[in-house]
Amino acid sequence: MADQAAFVSRQAARQPFEINQRQVQLDLWVRRIGKIGLLLNPVFAYFFLWAPIIVLIVFSFNAGRSVSTWEGFSTQWYQNIFSNTIAGGTEAARFTTENMLGAVRNSVIVGVGSTLLSTIIGTMVALSLVRGRFPGKKIIDSLLYLPVVIPEITQAISLAIFFKVVFDFVKLQTGLNPTTGFGTIIIGHVAFSISYVAIVVRARLADMNPRLEEAARDLGANEWRTFWRITFPLILPGVIAGALLAFTLSLDDFVITFFTSGIGTSTLPLFVYGMLKTRVPPEINAISTLMLVASTVLVAISLGLQGRNAARR
Amino acid sequence: MAAIDVELKNVVKEFTARNREGITRAVDNVSLQIHQGEFFALLGPSGCGKTTTLRMIAGFEDSTAGEILIRGKAVQHVPPFHRPVNTVFQDYALFPHMTVLKNVMFGLEMEGVPRREAEQRAREALQLVRLPNVEDRKPRQLSGGQQQRVALARALVKRPVVLLLDEPLGALDLKLRQALQYELKAMQKSLGITFIFVTHDQEEAMTMADRIAVMDQGKVLQVGTPDEIYESPNSKFVADFIGETNFVQAEVAGVSGEWVDVRLDENCIVKAVTGDQSVSVGQKVTLALRPEKINLFPVKGVVEYEEGSTETTEEYMRSLLKVPNMNLIRGRVRQAIYIGTDTRYIIRIPGDQDVVARVQNFGLRSDTFFDDGQEVNLYWNGENTRILLQ
Repeated sequence: MADQAAFVSRQAARQPFEINQRQVQLDLWVRRIGKIGLLLNPVFAYFFLWAPIIVLIVFSFNAGRSVSTWEGFSTQWYQNIFSNTIAGGTEAARFTTENMLGAVRNSVIVGVGSTLLSTIIGTMVALSLVRGRFPGKKIIDSLLYLPVVIPEITQAISLAIFFKVVFDFVKLQTGLNPTTGFGTIIIGHVAFSISYVAIVVRARLADMNPRLEEAARDLGANEWRTFWRITFPLILPGVIAGALLAFTLSLDDFVITFFTSGIGTSTLPLFVYGMLKTRVPPEINAISTLMLVASTVLVAISLGLQGRNAARR
Repeated sequence: MAAIDVELKNVVKEFTARNREGITRAVDNVSLQIHQGEFFALLGPSGCGKTTTLRMIAGFEDSTAGEILIRGKAVQHVPPFHRPVNTVFQDYALFPHMTVLKNVMFGLEMEGVPRREAEQRAREALQLVRLPNVEDRKPRQLSGGQQQRVALARALVKRPVVLLLDEPLGALDLKLRQALQYELKAMQKSLGITFIFVTHDQEEAMTMADRIAVMDQGKVLQVGTPDEIYESPNSKFVADFIGETNFVQAEVAGVSGEWVDVRLDENCIVKAVTGDQSVSVGQKVTLALRPEKINLFPVKGVVEYEEGSTETTEEYMRSLLKVPNMNLIRGRVRQAIYIGTDTRYIIRIPGDQDVVARVQNFGLRSDTFFDDGQEVNLYWNGENTRILLQ
């Protein structure tokens, strides 16, 4: 009671309400600056992100050979890469459209193969991480991010050494002589894509209400039918998104492919790198722009699917 | 007595804590018999084990010990899809990628019912829950109340032996909840299916259930009809959880059969009933007394005991004391709280304890109101004072 009385008297003795105009004006300015900052931030960020790419795209349509002076609009570099003629230089002799399309074909073979494998394995990993109960789950769960964070060169070299060891062993045991090629590239790509697929699918699964699976079982579906009728359709957008991501990563990959490819299995990025050895021919801009378009479309579809999932909930 | 649909015999469920240290006993030695065609409620605060009990009947959890029988058959380790029970989930768990009709048809499809028959039966089920014309919509396009009905139709279409309902109305607002309570009750009566439902809302349990099992900390404290539970609670927890109760500390002054004289202080003795418990003179006990059982009248002046009939307070007291086992004591109003339908009075009674009396406002507020600090007479029938030992 005494405390109550003291509180009431303090209330009564309080100073009349006053506004500190200086402080108010100052705070309003801080707010204005913040607003301008929020507006400018993305402008700077996107400039850094996009400026080099825009330069590349613009100069892929340049009429001259220069990559620094604009000489008018032309699609000649695009025409060149599809008609066996590449403008001058030592690379010109080696370039054929057939070689380029062969590299594209290799990229697609590797992309499709590694995407199929990594999507299946990655989805299964996500399922066991979200639904499974086993010792060490937490550790495995955090190891999932390892391929995402370790330097690609480390992974590439380790894969190269790994294949060497395995091949030597096989040779010693069976007398066969395995070599690097599509198989090793696909395994290499699967090795890093699994994580991306698993992360995307796991997010989707974790958002799924476990009661839905219980409801299906309650209504008479065994675990197998519950998976195919309820779980799989609901995580499918995540699986597709993961697959598209894996495919894009595979198409764009250079480092791991470089260390695991063999003769005649150059993918498009390796082919482009081969063209660059002495100087940058303008056709590179055209090829790169086409690759950019392909990747962007795939990623856009992937993001679109993930976004639709989010909107659905 | 009707046949038993579900029987639990000494069922125990233990969970190992995440860090593998220590075991929690979610359900502790529960035995229940649920009769055919009964609307049975498992009532208790959150974490009391009621949902775990329901999930064990459904087959989502295996019991650690004990036995569960459905229509006399032990169902230990029988997965949910082989049990003749269906569940309405708290959040409905409607399949978001299927239309309403497909949702309702799902269970029949799993049984292998031909498509046309399944469609026919699903439509009937939707009509039963008064929800036609939404067949082709997706669940998210429906309101909460409509989704609840779809979940009900989806479970009922399987014609289960027992329907399990896990807080089925918990996510709905008050008005809708009340309307659905009456509807569910009526539907259960006309279908004759055994309903077992879990709730933490004592009013909901009282409204719908034929019998209620009150649970706390994994144990069933009392099983009975709503009025048994309300009028004769067997423990402090039940008395406190169901409705509002005054607990009064007292000492036993005399015992004669079921009736006990209990002493509030040197000058004040009231009558109480023991239930089945035995008490002895001198024992300290707790009395439970519902606020609405207490009546008040002024210390002096007149009492209007009937429309137009008045007596002086002295006459009124004399007539009250002629009623056997009537308790009549004097108290002082500490606080009067007007809440529309009735007025709550916090009254200091002998023994320096407070009780709450609830007086319904028949007339205008000014007619019957007692002010703070005013002395009043309290009376109630001794059969409404229950002795609680636990």
